[in-house]
Amino acid sequence: MIADGSKFKPGDRVRVKFEDRPGHIRTPWYVRGKSGWIERVYGDFLNPESLAYGRDGLPKKTLYLVAFRQADLFEKSAGSNDKVLVDIYDHWLEAAA
Amino acid sequence: MARGHHDVGGLPGAGAIDQTEHQLSDWEILADAVNQALGAQGIKRTDEMRRAREEMDSAAYRDMTYYERWIASIESILIEKKILTKEQIDQKLAEFEAKWGEP
Repeated sequence: MIADGSKFKPGDRVRVKFEDRPGHIRTPWYVRGKSGWIERVYGDFLNPESLAYGRDGLPKKTLYLVAFRQADLFEKSAGSNDKVLVDIYDHWLEAAA
Repeated sequence: MARGHHDVGGLPGAGAIDQTEHQLSDWEILADAVNQALGAQGIKRTDEMRRAREEMDSAAYRDMTYYERWIASIESILIEKKILTKEQIDQKLAEFEAKWGEP
């Protein structure tokens, strides 16, 4: 495990928070409010939501590779067994059942 | 709900992605070089450039090509950081147009 302080470990079920707020946000709209699982823990990185405004990006945020069932994201993918992988920062994720 | 003009993943009607190879123009290569140089000098970060593109006028964003958006965001970041003024950029542009004609 790279980031010992990380909230989640590979395989954990997570839900992406549904937030709609101004600012530079890396979490794409199509995964907000959706559930998936942690595929990989990348480690801790400067926060782009802060860096985007010329600030220092601290405190660092843990970045995860999160997997979703494509069928859960897009109606037209119903029946698909494909998965979609998205990089998502820790503060956008909460534990899901 | 405010979905940014850049955040279009999964929206219907986007059409197929053009996957044909295409040659970059000289100015596009130059835009990339300027971008790299400003980054290497610690003047701007990728996240700031992305934010500048997200803050652009939506109609302008849609009308611009990829590297046109890069140029526009470099310009707005340099103005924001008071490294150049809009007047300086406009004046230089006028000089180029006088010498080379309108693009």
